[in-house]
Amino acid sequence: MTPAKHNDIAINGDGAVALAWKQINPDVCAAYPITPQTIIVEKFAEYVANGEVDSEYVCVESEHSALTLCTTSCSAGARTFTATASQGLAYMWEMLPITSSMRVPLIMAVANRAVSGPININNDHSDAMAARDTGWLSLFSENVQEAYDLSIIAPRIAEHHEVQLPCLVNLDGFILTHAIERMSPLEDDVVKRFVGEFKPLYPLLDVDNPISHNLMDGPLYYFPHKYQTVLAMDKALEVAKQVLAEFKSISGREYKVVEEYRCDDAEIVAVVLGSAFGTMKEAVDRLRDEGVKAGVMMPRLFRPWPIADIAKALKGKKQVMVMDRHMVPGSYGAMYAEVAATLIEEGGDIPMMHNYIYGLGGADTMVSDFMAAYKDVIEGRAKRVNYLGVDE
Amino acid sequence: MSAITLKDLNQIPVRLASGHRLCAGCAESIIARQIMMGTTGEIVVTAATGCFEVSTTIFPYTSWHTPYIHTAFGNGAAGGAGVETAYKSLKRQGKIDKDIRFVTFAGDGATYDIGLQSLSGAMERGHEMLYVCFNNEAYMNTGIQRSSATSMGASTTTSWSGSKSYGNKNFPKDLTKIVAMHGVPFVAQSAPHAWRDMVSKAKKAFECGGPSFINTISPCPRGWRFPSNETISISKLAVETCVWPLYEVEYGTDFTMSPESLRIAEGKVEKKPVTDWIASQGRFKHLEEERWEPVVEEIQKGIDQRWEHLIKLCKL
Repeated sequence: MTPAKHNDIAINGDGAVALAWKQINPDVCAAYPITPQTIIVEKFAEYVANGEVDSEYVCVESEHSALTLCTTSCSAGARTFTATASQGLAYMWEMLPITSSMRVPLIMAVANRAVSGPININNDHSDAMAARDTGWLSLFSENVQEAYDLSIIAPRIAEHHEVQLPCLVNLDGFILTHAIERMSPLEDDVVKRFVGEFKPLYPLLDVDNPISHNLMDGPLYYFPHKYQTVLAMDKALEVAKQVLAEFKSISGREYKVVEEYRCDDAEIVAVVLGSAFGTMKEAVDRLRDEGVKAGVMMPRLFRPWPIADIAKALKGKKQVMVMDRHMVPGSYGAMYAEVAATLIEEGGDIPMMHNYIYGLGGADTMVSDFMAAYKDVIEGRAKRVNYLGVDE
Repeated sequence: MSAITLKDLNQIPVRLASGHRLCAGCAESIIARQIMMGTTGEIVVTAATGCFEVSTTIFPYTSWHTPYIHTAFGNGAAGGAGVETAYKSLKRQGKIDKDIRFVTFAGDGATYDIGLQSLSGAMERGHEMLYVCFNNEAYMNTGIQRSSATSMGASTTTSWSGSKSYGNKNFPKDLTKIVAMHGVPFVAQSAPHAWRDMVSKAKKAFECGGPSFINTISPCPRGWRFPSNETISISKLAVETCVWPLYEVEYGTDFTMSPESLRIAEGKVEKKPVTDWIASQGRFKHLEEERWEPVVEEIQKGIDQRWEHLIKLCKL
């Protein structure tokens, strides 16, 4: 396939996600309003109202019902998507591991927002991190273009018959959801061909072959059944790499499960998720101008955690700083702990590790803040866990 | 609608196999079978977590000969709504051609309490699905804890009778009317001893073209403390004492008393006193103590008030 014609538009992140789903044309969408996600489902409802999609759209009475309805709809054999944020994702939590253990490949956009309390509508990753161990695939976007592209990529990974897991597509609240950026959408037919028809396994509505979904497991079966999700996650890493390569062929845009920026010869590398990756690239450029051998990387695929790719990228580095946009009172940031564990994989000398908690509840973190963090680490001023911008 | 005969019902395929693990004397499987006899067509079943769900689907076994799905406790209605929405979408797009009916089964804890919001949402949005509540008046699956459907005076494991307590303090919430007031096409109360009434209500529900709700009393030998061979007679007594009147409501406005309760309302059959009901079950045993006489009077008064109100609503 040749790269699609580019026809750039100005659009915010929520609008870009809605546009992707208009082109995918799902059978069902059920959602509940919550800032900063709401624009996605408002815009999608407009597509429904104007007959631009074939979807059934359900205005549910809560996020718990949103995810329940989407889970059974997808189990029934309908391609299904939803979107949420913060408290909404928290309210769905009971259903998150049920959806994944039922192997339901639905897609959910998460407009990452701080979790209460105190109540705060602005960006951090505390919602996505609270969902990280629930068996969902999880992808992070750096900018509006990526939020759009990953929305199109996600169903291909999730629906793969050897994966069959639900997927979160994360985009930073306000920073991406509400910021208007330049973006190159794909042509409708290109998206349609790429995503393809939904081919559900064991759909409930196949009444000639009745199946019972989500039975009760005793101790003999629960563990081995849960283990199947581990195997599916392992497969998802391989599938994600294939799908990203295929996406490059239709879009000309290259994505990797772990994005690296100036890491090859770097002595100090930061690991970060989401829109701050862009800010940190700028910080790296400026530090390089000053002669500092800095780099930054982003695990675009956060679940499954690409252990080998991350371990390889960080091997031999002197210092690693892990940037967590959420906090774990009483312990390290979650990604810090995972990076630390990953560093054991390659053996040899382990880099000096530091953890930065930054940008909670929409706290601005500027290029200069990140530069200062790099320098504090290099010059030995950093503690093991640092709260960037907080007067400790 | 033609008369429902046992001979006809015998022709309807069995969707719930025997050999499930519900207790001896449990009314739930009896009710489920009667409900599913309300249609000869295809059915997809949704269940909320509870006795019924657990007992019919312990891996690697399933009692279901028809598609079945369960997700969690407080979301049976949303689960049913999801399947129905998928059906609506796929049918409209020509991706499936079968005619399918949808039924959700849930207990009173899953319906009156934790799943009330989910139920209200599904009813209000107009999903074409039947929701059936097995009302055994407590959380039986977790071991007889009080719910908002529990009778006043019942001793449960979280509302014990004791030296200073007569058991549950409150009258059950009138959920049937709460759902009826959503204005949905069909709502009814039924009881498993009145099988013809139950099947006829299920038929109406499946054919009403919108959301429907059937609340059934579901006598529970374990939780109510009666011998397991008395389930059907206890069900009958619930109607005879007007503890559980049988009626139906169309579009939230048209109330109709069902035959058994109608005969009581018309004075053709005597209304039995609540003391008969109390004497029939161990959960009320303490109420026979003299000191709780005023409580028994209050229970009778509450039942009478609700019964008189229902008679007015039915314009009798």
